[in-house]
Order: sequence, then structure tokens, then C-alpha cells
Amino acid sequence: MNIKDLSFKKSLWVFHLSAGSCNNCDIEILDLLTPRYDVERFGMKLVGSVRHADVLLVTGIVTNKTKPRVLEVYEQAPKPIIVIAIGACPCTGGIFASGYNFAGPLDKVIPVDAYVPGCPPKPEAMLAAVMKLLGKPASEQAKES
Amino acid sequence: MGIEIFYFLIFPGLLFSGIAGGLISWVDRKITARVQFRKGPPLLQPLYDFIKLLAKETIVPLKGSVATYILAPVFALFGATISAVFILLPVFGLDSGFNGDLIVILYLLNIPSLTYIIGALASGNPLAAIGAAREMKLILSYEMPFVLVLISVIIKSGMTIRFADLIAYQSTHGSLIGSLSGIIGFITLLMCLQAKLGLVPFDMAEGEGEICDGIIIEFSGSILAIFKLTKYVMFIALPAFVCGLFFSGLPLSGIDVLWSILKLLVIVLLVTLIRNTNPRVRIEQAMKFFWLWMNLFAILSILLALLGI
Repeated sequence: MNIKDLSFKKSLWVFHLSAGSCNNCDIEILDLLTPRYDVERFGMKLVGSVRHADVLLVTGIVTNKTKPRVLEVYEQAPKPIIVIAIGACPCTGGIFASGYNFAGPLDKVIPVDAYVPGCPPKPEAMLAAVMKLLGKPASEQAKES
Repeated sequence: MGIEIFYFLIFPGLLFSGIAGGLISWVDRKITARVQFRKGPPLLQPLYDFIKLLAKETIVPLKGSVATYILAPVFALFGATISAVFILLPVFGLDSGFNGDLIVILYLLNIPSLTYIIGALASGNPLAAIGAAREMKLILSYEMPFVLVLISVIIKSGMTIRFADLIAYQSTHGSLIGSLSGIIGFITLLMCLQAKLGLVPFDMAEGEGEICDGIIIEFSGSILAIFKLTKYVMFIALPAFVCGLFFSGLPLSGIDVLWSILKLLVIVLLVTLIRNTNPRVRIEQAMKFFWLWMNLFAILSILLALLGI
């Protein structure tokens, strides 16, 4: 593995984008960033500006109103960027899938790298999704957690 | 000529202070993690951050001055590195400097903050402009006590403005931290250090919650990497400066190396503990704190130094 890929995997800076969620998944993301789960041991941290981001955590259903905003934030992020859909709403639409204002699941709008279903998903599930995405062997995950 | 380039690029300059500053920033993050009962990042985390940022896409704003935007972090790195050279050479006892280098250091330490302001304003982002305004007010607040503490140190150690002579005076007459004026001056300088490094409680120029990283909001990729490197260099230059002023330098001979590392780590520990036990203050509270209390402390320190206490 070359040093560029290794550094990228070891230093993921997370930006949180709410496309109109019910605030439940957002609270679970905040739980993930608390000392109990300690994502900083994997080099992850929350950043305030999308220009610094390596991972875009998207929560909530994408409506006709928020679709252009989600697209704009995605275009503002420096590439390469990983997009993770958190919760049932961006994955499939959830209970809002038949709503009149529903603009499709998130992968119809921007390319998505990982899906974390659940309403809301547990912080462990989000961490496991990131680890699987980065291709860490299961033995190393057990050692570090 | 060759030795100056070696000084600037390799030993106390860019390479050494970048690596040592990265290690110190790791110590800072690790202590923060231990304070919060966490495990904390791995040892090479600053290196991973830096290389990752170098490899990322760099976005240049459409509206705004592109040349200033790209050059501002480079000049910040220049200023930080050259002040690190001027500070670390006398502090390590390698070079005696020149007469009046304390004043040069005082000016050079301001260059990173000023270039942050210029770079933030060149990006054309309104939140960056708010951050730049706050940084400017912060410079106006902490510069006065910083200079006053230096005057107190100069009076106490026999009216010399050569940094190497200050350290030589302390190694014969004992460190300044042993005197009352030294303790008061050290407390004041520690607060100025906090503001100069842009750490909580004086990090309102980069408030993540309210103005989304403030002055560095638009910076991405390799430009942000240079900003990070500037922070690392400042993280060794400023604690080493405090060690030189109050703890009689960081000699590198024999067993003294361990003692020097301990002194540096104690300063970093104090800075980190202040950062971890305080909330961010508003800008007018910071101005009031520096203009009223820190100036009073610094003047008290000068008076005690004049009386020889």
C-alpha cells in the first residue's frame, strides 16, 4: 500500500450534512463522536468546513427542496471524498418513500460509497461501516477497539 | 552562506521544527484524549494528516485574489520557520545571535497571524472575514502584555536585548521563574501563548461551532497542509521561546537533553490543560481580559523587576 492511500485511511475528517432529517440520526452521529467511542484513535475528527472534509455523512431524506443544496455541498468538497448514507431515509427513503416531495434515494443524486440502514443506526454500526469501507481486516478491528 | 541555509532548512529550521512540532501537537492531542478518558490518536497522526492534505484536491475560490490566497500560507510558513531559527539557535546554545534579536523575534512571531488575516480576506468568504476581524482584535489585545513581559524579563536580567545573553545570565544567576516577578510574567506569557497558538479559550478566530473554522474555512488540500505545518512549527517555537525567557534555555549537552525535553513538555502540558479546562470566550471578553488583567499583571511584573524581587 502506498503512503498516500495509507495516510488517507488513517486520517479521515468527517463533515456532517443533514438533508432534512428528523434529528435522530444526527444525535447518533454526535454520540459517535463522544469519548466513549473515541473515533480519534482511528484519526477521524469532525471538521467545521466542507473544504476540509474526506467523509460526507448524509442524513435525512433528499427532498426536491434540498436536492440542489446536497449537490452543491458535494461539489464544494475536495476530491477524493467518501459519501456515507446514514439511516433508512437516505438509503431507501424509509417511511417517506411515497411522499409527494421525495426526490429519490441519495444514490440517485450523488454517488454513495456505503449505506448504514437503521432508524436510527447505532454508533457501532457507523464505525463498522467505515472500517469495512477502508478494508481493514476483522482481527485488527478487534485489536483496536 | 551554506550554514545559514542548513540552519533554515534542516536543523533548527523547517525539517527539525516541523517534525518536533508535529510530535508536540501529538502530545497535545494525546493529553487531551487522556483528560477525556480516551485512547487518543497514534504517534504518526500529524504525519498522516499532513500527507493526506498534500494529496487532496486544492480548490481555489472563483471570487477573490488567487495569488494572495495561495501565497499567504507560504509566507506564514516562512515567518514561522525563520522565527523558529532565531529562537532555537540561542535556546539550544548553538549560536549567540546578534544584538537586538529579541526585537526581531517579536516582529517575526507576528508574521503568521498577519498572513492568516491576509489569506482569509483574500478567500472572499464572509465567515473568513469575521474570523480575520477577530484575529486582528486578538493581536491588538495580546501584543501589549507580550511586549511588557519581555521588558520585565529584560530589566530583570541586566538590560540586555540579546536573546543569548538573557539565557547566559539565567544560567549563572538562576532561572527567572525562581523570582516573584518571573512567576507573574510567566503566567501572563502563558496566556499570550494560548492566544498566539490559537487554542481554547482564545480560538475565536477559528470557532468551529459558530463560524465553521473561521479564517481557514476556504482552504483545502496542499494549502491547508502548509497551514498545518505552520501550526506545528509555531508549536515548538513558542514553548521554546518561553523556556529561553524563564527556564534558562534548552541546553543539548549530555544529560541536559532529558531536562530540556522535560521543560518543553511541562509548558506544553500547561497549555493543554488550560485548553481542556476552559470554554471559548467571546472576543470582547478576551480583549477585556488582556487589556485589563494581563496588562496589570505585566506592569506588576515590571515594577517587581525594577525593585529586584
